[in-house]
Amino acid sequence: MDHFARLGLPAALELDGAALDRAYFTAQRQWHPDRFVGRPAEERAQASTEAAGLNDAYRTLKDPLSRAVYLAGLNGIDLPGDGKTIDDPDLLMEAMETREELHEAATTDAVDALAARSRDEMTKALAGLGTLFLRHDKAAIRKALLRLRYLDKFAEEARARRTNLHREKA
Amino acid sequence: MSLLEIHEPGETPLPHAGEASLAVGIDLGTTNSVVAIAREGVPAALHDETGKALVPSVVAYPDAGGVLVGEEARLLMAREPRNAVASIKRLMGRGAADLHAVAGILPYEIEPGSGRTDMVKLRIGGKARSPVEISAEILKALRARAEAALDKPIERAVITVPAYFDDAARTATRDAARVAGLEVLRLVNEPTAAALAYGLDKGSEGLYAVYDLGGGTFDFSLLRLEKGVFQVLATGGDAALGGDDFDRAIAERMLAERKKDGIADQVDEAAVKAALALARHMKEQLSDRDQTSGRLEFAGAPSFHALTRSDFEAMIAAHIERTLDIAANVLADAGMTAPDVQGVVLVGGSTRLPLVRAKVAGMIGKPALTDIDPDEVVALGAALQAEALTGGGDTLLLDVTPLSLGLETMGGIVEKVVPRNTPIPVQLAQDFTTYQDGQTAMAIHVVQGEREMVADCRSLARFELSGIPPMTAGAARIRVSFAVDADGLLAVSAEERTTGIAQRIEVKPSYGLSHDDMADMLYDSLENAEADVTQRLLVEARVEARRNLLALEAALAKDGSLLAADERVALDAARAELEIAIAGENRDAINAAAEALEGMSKPFAERRMDRGIREALAGMSVGDLESRVGE
Repeated sequence: MDHFARLGLPAALELDGAALDRAYFTAQRQWHPDRFVGRPAEERAQASTEAAGLNDAYRTLKDPLSRAVYLAGLNGIDLPGDGKTIDDPDLLMEAMETREELHEAATTDAVDALAARSRDEMTKALAGLGTLFLRHDKAAIRKALLRLRYLDKFAEEARARRTNLHREKA
Repeated sequence: MSLLEIHEPGETPLPHAGEASLAVGIDLGTTNSVVAIAREGVPAALHDETGKALVPSVVAYPDAGGVLVGEEARLLMAREPRNAVASIKRLMGRGAADLHAVAGILPYEIEPGSGRTDMVKLRIGGKARSPVEISAEILKALRARAEAALDKPIERAVITVPAYFDDAARTATRDAARVAGLEVLRLVNEPTAAALAYGLDKGSEGLYAVYDLGGGTFDFSLLRLEKGVFQVLATGGDAALGGDDFDRAIAERMLAERKKDGIADQVDEAAVKAALALARHMKEQLSDRDQTSGRLEFAGAPSFHALTRSDFEAMIAAHIERTLDIAANVLADAGMTAPDVQGVVLVGGSTRLPLVRAKVAGMIGKPALTDIDPDEVVALGAALQAEALTGGGDTLLLDVTPLSLGLETMGGIVEKVVPRNTPIPVQLAQDFTTYQDGQTAMAIHVVQGEREMVADCRSLARFELSGIPPMTAGAARIRVSFAVDADGLLAVSAEERTTGIAQRIEVKPSYGLSHDDMADMLYDSLENAEADVTQRLLVEARVEARRNLLALEAALAKDGSLLAADERVALDAARAELEIAIAGENRDAINAAAEALEGMSKPFAERRMDRGIREALAGMSVGDLESRVGE
């Protein structure tokens, strides 16, 4: 059963966050191991497996990027694992430039500005995914998702850089 | 329809089946412990004859025999310091290598030889005792209190643990309950329990933070409360930061003052315990007044010590800043900012300090919620959960993993399988492969922590998957599955997918293998993220280069005859260059040497491919060949 079906939701790129929460809470009310205290071991094991499946589904679908990657996977578009080399020359160039900028950012404000720009880029790229999925343009979807994944990683690096600058100041 | 039963006036009715299995909530704290019971959604802490709910988490084994717990044990500590122990929670699940985290903070006498592969043991009252059995004494005392207050046997409990407790500490807590004859219905994280007490009591909805600073641990959690659902969004903390550290700072200052006054002290266990006891008293005084003083006397030499609140606050400011840094990281993990938070709940005795209250309110921008006693709120929440689990309430607690779980891969790099803040229970798997041709076994090393390198994380368990049939490197598919249950406890299994060889283990924590104490792990991860990435890239370059060297060696052994003597000499020189680069610390040098070697071995690779094709074609008829091409 795929994650969408498990939560009784349509397999769509756009998901209403509140509807996802509702579906998840309703299902967890049924399957959470807390409901099975004192039941036979077999039932408890089943509940644990069901609840774990629900958690996996919820976690995957909650975040727009991981949801898009998952939906792409259902459509036969597989991305290379994390930490693999970037094979898109445009993205490679963008990554090198933004990394350089982050490295040179000497104040938390400068880092925040870079992080904000990266977030804007993510929002734009996520908004553009819908059209690509409609066109079923596998190559373009793959390219866009790899870029999004990079932007996401960049946000994490910016946060680390910010923490370091903050510590140095203190 | 069945009729309702009414018993004779004055006669005690037979207990119902449900009542016979009353379950309590227990807050097993570093400094104090509390037991509580909830009935029909109303929790209450259970008091002793003098009306006190708090049981000091002190255990004593007096010379006269027997075991004392609580206030009596605390009093004995002054007279027979070697027979009493406090703050045992800080050693739950800890090995010898973890001890530096508490060394100097607490006067423990460690049993020599313990803690290398097992949990450390203490020498108390002339005997070696483990933190599990000492904690079990506290649990037994709480159980006895509950049975006396409720006049019923108590066999089941919800016990709280710091959200930031790792697998070893959780397992140790479970074991202690078992020793005390209690079945643990659920281990609940302390901040979650506190939120439960507030949420049910106040009917609150929205995003809430819990700031929990106890005697020895700090937790910060963000929860969403909505129609009976308590969803933890993110959690973080430090398992070795709390009021004990503040006591220690004051005690150290007093000992230094004595030294300055020319008192030559032999600072033994008794002296440290006395100084800590006075320090705690002075700390508590400073919550209500601007200055305080106290008198110390040991080895016949008295000394007087004064302390102002502002001096004390300066001494602990760095600790408080650290808690705020952790809180900021938890907010960022959840993708939230301080204005999103509707209220912050204060838990733990250390939140009575005015400085803590001011700082937390300043950070969140709202006054903190303190209307439930911060010493009791966790036990009250645990009691509510105990009732819900036995009586079938409608509350839903959705908690998360506090620390990432992963595996060691080549070069000592951590591959995270379950990221921190993943909702539990969870079952996640990842595929790994072999590194060398013909590899028949794989060492599975399970670690917990946020850092990129294994050496910086806590080692949880090691096991070996053996019997893998010999295959070329990278052909095997080893699936390693992680399962974390609703108590936050981990089980790991591994399976070779092409042959179905399976091995399953319950994680038995391997105490004392980690170099860092887990307290610093999450915090360090952000501080060191940049350095970690550099280190990771270096290690990856080394692993990749070694893999290429191995492949080339195998090829040379088989097809070395394809090379002329001078080509072989040049190739060997390039191999040696790469070996030297690998031994160094420069990633660019490794990549350059690897590239040079690759360029040099290209003709060799082409000749091997030619030979391979010729061999494949040899002995094939033209017909075979055509049918092949046609495929």
